Amino acid sequence: MATFNLNGKAVTVNEEGEMPLLWAIRDHLKLTGTKFGCGVGACGACTVHIDGVATRSCVTAIEDIEGADIQTIESLEKDGAPSSVQAAWIAEQVPQCGYCQSGMIMAATALLSENPNPSDEDIDEAMTNICRCGTYPRIKKAIKRAAEMSNG
Amino acid sequence: MGKFTRRAFMVGGAAVGGTLALGVGFLSTIDTSGYDAVIADDGSFALNAWVTIKKDGTIQFAVPRLEMGQGVFTSLPMLLAEELEVDLSADNVSVVHPQENLPVYANFAMMLRKHPEQFSGAGDWLGKKMFGLMGLAGTGGSTSIVDAYTPLRKAGAIAREMLISAAAKQWGIAKSDCFAENGQVVSRLSGDKLSYGELAEAVSKETPDENVRLKPKKDFKLVGKPQKRVDIPSKVNGTAKFGVDVVTDDMLFGTVMQSPVFGGVVKSINDTEALKLKGVKKVVNLGDAVGVIADSYYKAKKALDYLDVEFDDSAVTKLNSDDVSRMLKEAIETGEEHEFVHEGDVEAASNGQETIEAYYEVPYLAHATMEPINATACVDGDKVEIWSGNQMPANMESVPKDVVNAKTVTPHIMYAGGGFGRRVEKDAETYAVKMAAAMPGIPVKVIYSREEDMQHDVYRPAAAARLKAVLGSDGYPDVLDTKVGLQPIMPSFSKRNLPFEIAGLSEASNMEGLQHSKYEVPNRRLKNSIIETNVPVGFWRSVSHTHNAFFLEGFVDELAHKAGHDPFEYRQHLLKGHKRLSALLAELKKQADWAKPVPKGKGRGIAVHESFLSYVGEVFDISLSDDGEVTVDKVTCVVDCGSVVNPDTVKAQMESGIIFGLSAALFGEITLDGGAVEQTNFTDYEMVKMRHAPEISVTIMENDELPGGVGEPGTPPVYPALANAIFAAGGKRIRSMPITKYGYSSI
Repeated sequence: MATFNLNGKAVTVNEEGEMPLLWAIRDHLKLTGTKFGCGVGACGACTVHIDGVATRSCVTAIEDIEGADIQTIESLEKDGAPSSVQAAWIAEQVPQCGYCQSGMIMAATALLSENPNPSDEDIDEAMTNICRCGTYPRIKKAIKRAAEMSNG
Repeated sequence: MGKFTRRAFMVGGAAVGGTLALGVGFLSTIDTSGYDAVIADDGSFALNAWVTIKKDGTIQFAVPRLEMGQGVFTSLPMLLAEELEVDLSADNVSVVHPQENLPVYANFAMMLRKHPEQFSGAGDWLGKKMFGLMGLAGTGGSTSIVDAYTPLRKAGAIAREMLISAAAKQWGIAKSDCFAENGQVVSRLSGDKLSYGELAEAVSKETPDENVRLKPKKDFKLVGKPQKRVDIPSKVNGTAKFGVDVVTDDMLFGTVMQSPVFGGVVKSINDTEALKLKGVKKVVNLGDAVGVIADSYYKAKKALDYLDVEFDDSAVTKLNSDDVSRMLKEAIETGEEHEFVHEGDVEAASNGQETIEAYYEVPYLAHATMEPINATACVDGDKVEIWSGNQMPANMESVPKDVVNAKTVTPHIMYAGGGFGRRVEKDAETYAVKMAAAMPGIPVKVIYSREEDMQHDVYRPAAAARLKAVLGSDGYPDVLDTKVGLQPIMPSFSKRNLPFEIAGLSEASNMEGLQHSKYEVPNRRLKNSIIETNVPVGFWRSVSHTHNAFFLEGFVDELAHKAGHDPFEYRQHLLKGHKRLSALLAELKKQADWAKPVPKGKGRGIAVHESFLSYVGEVFDISLSDDGEVTVDKVTCVVDCGSVVNPDTVKAQMESGIIFGLSAALFGEITLDGGAVEQTNFTDYEMVKMRHAPEISVTIMENDELPGGVGEPGTPPVYPALANAIFAAGGKRIRSMPITKYGYSSI
């Protein structure tokens, strides 16, 4: 069993402590924006923020996040308006199949909160998620656009 | 996916021969036009098969192609809206996958292998009726736009004229005094307006006039101009629903463990320990696999570790990768062969001449779609509800009928998190229905683990080629003699998916990209031999073009170097008789700044290839370090896909095809050990990530040709352009993929 805050609301998951957060979110709390890609923390499709840090939820046990603040892709819009990262993603027309994009956007959001002006190298280093449609060049542009939007 | 051959069509025709006996009269009743306006059961008005006006006035576009990233949810409605005069970005416009698989939704271009604009005669008429009847609304072969380009504009125009006619009658004025604009008909006389919603009921009384005139290209407002994709907002806020995202209140979750060795079957299952786990509901023997149903995917997956399963694979051939390489070589050297091309006289022209020879090889590859393979089903007596993102929606109807004898099937086509040819199969739907049948009335969502997805894919076939050439005194080939050895796709695919089996040896799809090569060589021969294995093979983005482009474009590069010619100009000379390719190469040379000298440690390679009715040329600029590290710095791509619908989507698809090919070139290899796949996950089947991704520039050639495909054609030039760039940088001549086989790495 574990209790944590999911997108600002306290939730309790009455399951074994070693259950990965991903499956608590998807199968028990029925929030499906966070995706399953590999189950071993290799692809980043399941990326969420745990106390503000981009984390792969498929290899994070719920017993380890007791009391933590979890943010998923569903939390980014404020009053129906996209965040700067989401707006940049739309402006650059990043997604194709779109499956990896929740994780990409969560990773990019965390990167920009730590480093408001990332260089190409910073982006290469921070963005280790996999996109099978090959949207990387557009993601790089979108991150820079989001940085400009936030800083401008 | 690949296209069915003419032969497949003929056999297919025979397979539904009973229908033929019903006669032409019956077939005439199959609607393969979709122009009629009808009132639906729920009171909404269908203007035609693709556009419905809901009672609240909202306009809904039905796209009978799977949205799997290629942008059909935007590009197909663009074609309709261009003539219908609807603003796609308006709040009252939505796009859906249709639930009903109408005959008119069949992908006629994919099945008949030509542009609809070229359909003529009784054969094509019959083909349309038959494929319509069979519900072959497939998404594959880069054909969605090819198939839709004229028919959907025509459907939009016919509907617009019906709306105008209905409005004119209502106002008691002439049709010529009315025009359509922004989802409304406007009277030129009074300025009065009637929205399409207000006209919907009256439209159902109008008769479609098929002789409508389509807008000339110069008047296009949408087509050919970049439009924002309608699915993107939902793909940045987590609300887009993929197959894996199906949620119902009472659902259960399942996963499967298939026989690790291909062809093995379940011999025994001891599920005592697994069933003791909290939340685990049922263990199901699926014949060639075991399924577990639980109250979360996590628990179903965990329960697999507590199962004691024995598979019987005693009668199965257990191949290692070395065996496959050896079989390919033997096939090329001594196997039964089929000759596809013989122009000139290869033997006579080779006699006494110096022959240049090379042997190329590529391994099996997995699709590894980001969304793991999955399907959801609910079996309730003879009623089945099924959810999936499948490239062949007919599978979603046929599987429940075949597996549990369903009388009523309710399919829901979901977004697919990548397809690339993997989702034409029906394995996940089959397991989902079988497992749901064990839990009557409860929806069961079956998801493959990534390991299962990797080890039970339908792989891009392993293939090899022996190429021989004789150069003339000018350095250009006088002889090109190619023999390919491969495991053909069609026997494997047909065994799994069709009611009849297709032989492989003379299968034209094996030779995609080679048979109709535009290189001018006086003496040209093309043959193949095939191998049979129990490794399931299937359609992988760009299908046989993936290896054939490598064989040809790698070897042509070798010939250019042997002749001491610039490899770019060598190709230009050999293609000078082809107008579109010549224009494309001239543009590519400019865009890539080919004439600019390349510094030490860098290399520039070119490849050009025709596939899926489009032409793509790519120049790779790479860096090669002393210790063999390869960095792709820039890819310059020029595409001629004829008439363009959404240019930004064309660019995105080129970028996508290039990165897809690059993962294969840098890392991609599925290996076999004892009849089972060795790779398990993205940890040992690596993908290009941000740090490997090059800068990509895409230039689209402008012309008025009929549209070609864009989903796949970006991929074939990647293997050879990279290999040629590595050689140009002072590296080895790459004749086998991935490049790690030569000690190169990309960190």
